[in-house]
Amino acid sequence: MSELKKIAYNCRKATFLIEKKQIDSLTLREKLELKIHLAGCSVCRTFQQQSIVINKMVHDLLHSTQNREITLDKEFKDELQNRIEEELNKK
Amino acid sequence: MPASNQAVSNLSDAQPNIDPHKWVAAHADYLYSYALTRINDEEQARDLVQETFLAALEKVKQFEGRSSERTWLTAILKNKVIDVYRKKSSAFAKRTDITEAEHDQEDFFDPTDGHWNPTHWPMPFGIETYDPLMTKEFNNILQKCMQKLPALWLSVFTMKHIDEESTSTICSELKVSDSNFWVIIHRTKLNLRSCLQKNWI
Repeated sequence: MSELKKIAYNCRKATFLIEKKQIDSLTLREKLELKIHLAGCSVCRTFQQQSIVINKMVHDLLHSTQNREITLDKEFKDELQNRIEEELNKK
Repeated sequence: MPASNQAVSNLSDAQPNIDPHKWVAAHADYLYSYALTRINDEEQARDLVQETFLAALEKVKQFEGRSSERTWLTAILKNKVIDVYRKKSSAFAKRTDITEAEHDQEDFFDPTDGHWNPTHWPMPFGIETYDPLMTKEFNNILQKCMQKLPALWLSVFTMKHIDEESTSTICSELKVSDSNFWVIIHRTKLNLRSCLQKNWI
């Protein structure tokens, strides 16, 4: 089997390239390999769609959580501020 | 409290943009949620917030006012979070979690030709198109699946996808080689996606 053909049928390698592509750029050869693979592999096309969405969801998760008002309880905050005042007084 | 007032005036003379007397009220919740989304351990997140304020007090004189107070405090916290990542991911005992996670994906692909094994095929399950309003329920599952990842993998993954750190920073902070970085990124996604498919349907 030629090198290109091996890649064309290799989902493990294709999913690796899908991940790499989202962070870094692929080499020309890698781009070609991935294109050929995805043209013939609907399972990896699904993987790619989901992978991209997952990265976005993970990114959003942070922002939504920070907007969702996670708060510390008052007692902890009071103690913390007292601690800071103590330190300030030492100076 | 005269002593405390004294401290304020000294501080505010030197540092017009810094007011430690208001730190907790102004920034504690923000810093807490920052820490919690990255390490998902309430107690540890509280500790980090406290450590951040105390460390900031030590460094108050170095604050040059080039960034906002919150940005400056967040930067201190961020370094503390990375320390936690580093400790967690280098702890010898924790390495077993990587072995387990690798085991999980052993039969995702046929070892001879690299094909997906049919039982592990990624199936469409409603997350193929991006929807920022994806339900809370899905976010809960996403978080749970992330927590199942080995500490090192989760650290690499969050530093890349939440903090958008450069690959070289991640590699040097967490002491992973460049090639291992890509292996981790790939394996993390394989397990995370599989976990989501299993738990969402």
